[in-house]
Amino acid sequence: MRFKDVFSIIGPAMTGPSSSHTAGAVRLARVARHWLGAQPDRARMTLYGSFADTYKGHGTDLALIAGLLNYDTDDSRIPDAEQWAEQAGMAVEFAFSGLPAPHPNTVRFELWKGGDQRTLLGSSIGGGSIHVQQLNEFRVNLTGELPTLVLLHSDKPGTLGAVTSALGAADINIAYMHVDRKGRDGEALTAIEMDSPATPELIAKLRSLPHMYEIKMIHLKKGAESDAIYPFA
Amino acid sequence: MRFTHLHEISALCAEESTTIGRLMIQEQAQETNTPEEEIFRQMSDYYQVMKEAVHRGQTQDTVSRSGLTGGDGKRLAEYLRAGETCSGDASALAMAYALSVSEVNASMGRIVATPTAGSCGVIPGVFISAQERFGWDDKHMVHGLFAAGAIGYVIANNSFISGAEGGCQAEIGSAIGMAAGAMVELRGGTPEQALHAVGLALKNTLGLICDPVAGLVEIPCIVRNGLGAVTALAAADMALAGVRSAIPSDEVIDVMLEVGSAMPSKHRETAKGGLAQTPTGKRLTESLTRNASTKKNKS
Repeated sequence: MRFKDVFSIIGPAMTGPSSSHTAGAVRLARVARHWLGAQPDRARMTLYGSFADTYKGHGTDLALIAGLLNYDTDDSRIPDAEQWAEQAGMAVEFAFSGLPAPHPNTVRFELWKGGDQRTLLGSSIGGGSIHVQQLNEFRVNLTGELPTLVLLHSDKPGTLGAVTSALGAADINIAYMHVDRKGRDGEALTAIEMDSPATPELIAKLRSLPHMYEIKMIHLKKGAESDAIYPFA
Repeated sequence: MRFTHLHEISALCAEESTTIGRLMIQEQAQETNTPEEEIFRQMSDYYQVMKEAVHRGQTQDTVSRSGLTGGDGKRLAEYLRAGETCSGDASALAMAYALSVSEVNASMGRIVATPTAGSCGVIPGVFISAQERFGWDDKHMVHGLFAAGAIGYVIANNSFISGAEGGCQAEIGSAIGMAAGAMVELRGGTPEQALHAVGLALKNTLGLICDPVAGLVEIPCIVRNGLGAVTALAAADMALAGVRSAIPSDEVIDVMLEVGSAMPSKHRETAKGGLAQTPTGKRLTESLTRNASTKKNKS
């Protein structure tokens, strides 16, 4: 089923005018922020296809900035997002590309925070639903609908087994899982969409596993803890 | 969910002596492992947002970001208060409210996508005007929203709900079908009658292209929301009177998929055909592009 529940039909509550160009854009940018794990100092967003053609009239630019500020789809500050970004000390710029994209409404984020740089490629696929295709150079397939753990680790045997055992022991069900690696024995990224959010105990357990570099939580639910970042010292 | 088609909904409702709305609440609770009260509260919150949007559109001067549209919801309500309408007071009020919500949407105000932002006026227009007329409480209305959601769920998974994919038949059409079916249930009609209303409504929107001027959710989207609300009321009346959709509603949804897939891309939200490419449509597009680039150069 493409649409999984009643609230993907009735909802989300959102700032107009377009569920694809506005609500979906907010959600994509929030995922990008959670992937960085903090508010970026600087952000460059490259728009493709229909996003590039009609972003101005739809306020897609404002929606993207709002998402980077971690606003929800119906936040009343969205129309003034440019000013809020300035106040928050976040520099934003937009670029446009005529290159082919995975979907007519696609955006690529480049985010900077201190020495850290992240990229995300994602599309707004209608009704406020999104599809994230890339986190840095790793391929993923994320919707942002479920709490999602993103793990950066080295490609070593047994690592995923240990991760899934830890989730099982915490009584957390895995809904979808995506794994990609730079090369055999190289850096790997695992994204796990779960039926319930990770507990602090689970995060502590995952942090203690060998070959684990970094853990991030992407969680767009209203009221959910934002910027849940678990960096390694 | 235990259903993917409308006929499965009516079978389940008959077996379990329940309504479409109550069935949807149960299924959602089961599917997402969430208590029914929490699900009900979420939908109640959405209904409040819909009411606020109607109120805002009826009391404030909403002008869209482009400046192309605004104020028609108020205009229509004033006309209704001033005298006799052509389409009847119930229709005119539903239309006025639907226009208001769509105008709030175009002004970057707060709305609920039902099922999309482009079609966000139809369900609030029908629901809130009917609530005022029949004196129903909010709880009753929220049950109705779940019924609408169940219908939309079937349409979305067997056809489409976005104009970019299937034309405006998928967007406004789905909203009309959802509103019509829910209205039958709100009035105490049977699930079977409600589902006939869906078929009757959808048949009347087949082939409707998505052709927004300058690609914006304004012209003709706002007006289509208003007229869509009236179609939903009319389809509900037919079904409550016993009119049946001779072609079963599930088959009409399949046809929506067939027609939408066959539609050329220029008629699917690209603004490359239809009203968007009329001389006036092109002129409005050009003037907006010019304004945007002047602004950009200045900043």
